[in-house]
Amino acid sequence: MKILDITGAILTLIGSIFIFLGALGVLRMPDVYNRIQTGTKASTLGTMLTLTGIGMIHPGWFGKIAILIIFIAITNPVSSHVLARAAHFINIPLTSKTVVDKLRESKIEEMENALKLEEEQKNDF
Amino acid sequence: MKSFKNFIVQFFILFIIWILINNSFDTELLITGFVFSIVASSIFCFKCDVFSDIKLTPKALIYTILYIFVFIIELIKSNFDVAYRVVSPSLPINPGIVAVKTKLKSKMGRMILTNSITLTPGTLTVDIIEDTLYIHWIDVKTVKIEEATKDIVSHFEKYLEVIYG
Repeated sequence: MKILDITGAILTLIGSIFIFLGALGVLRMPDVYNRIQTGTKASTLGTMLTLTGIGMIHPGWFGKIAILIIFIAITNPVSSHVLARAAHFINIPLTSKTVVDKLRESKIEEMENALKLEEEQKNDF
Repeated sequence: MKSFKNFIVQFFILFIIWILINNSFDTELLITGFVFSIVASSIFCFKCDVFSDIKLTPKALIYTILYIFVFIIELIKSNFDVAYRVVSPSLPINPGIVAVKTKLKSKMGRMILTNSITLTPGTLTVDIIEDTLYIHWIDVKTVKIEEATKDIVSHFEKYLEVIYG
């Protein structure tokens, strides 16, 4: 019983450290996408560890905590993906350190193709 | 047959959630949960095809368990990786959006794959167009499609291919 309490407390502490690092990352990173990266990852493992620690201190809550962990693991990446996609869709710029942006390239290519098609159709008339 | 498989999977998910929430194995509780799981899954999964792609074979089951272990290891690795990048004073990032190809055909398999990619070291799925995934990578090592695919997708794909096809 004592050992479980101590392990739970340590796990909760490690989890809160990860959540703190995630918050620090949101503050330090240069653009939206990198902020989403640090935010998602740190908060997922941090929340999981914190919940596991609480579950060890109160063994009766085990089932509910398992469900919470599963829901967090399923919903967290979906929300971060949707945020990143919306950000790219409304052309929020990437940081100047960025090496490559294939998505922008493919969008530009698609637009050029559409323009070419339109011109060809005009020429046909 | 297809809708029956959906029904069975839905029923087991609901029933397991019911047992976990109540956290006990009393007969009355089990009967109540059993009846309501059957009613709920026959109402809501009457014509759904969400779970049609799951293969219910022993091999798929073993691969699911292996996949969960691989996923947890990757999750822990990714957290230490990101934590290191956040703490180090020079902020060692080299970000960019790369394109990778996936071999998976089913919707469910692709969803699990993109979710796993989002939760693993320094990668975030931004968009899917047909079979190309666009991934924001915090530390771009290569811009070639084949090499990026090998680095990011392959180690999940080999499990998911068996489970979902």
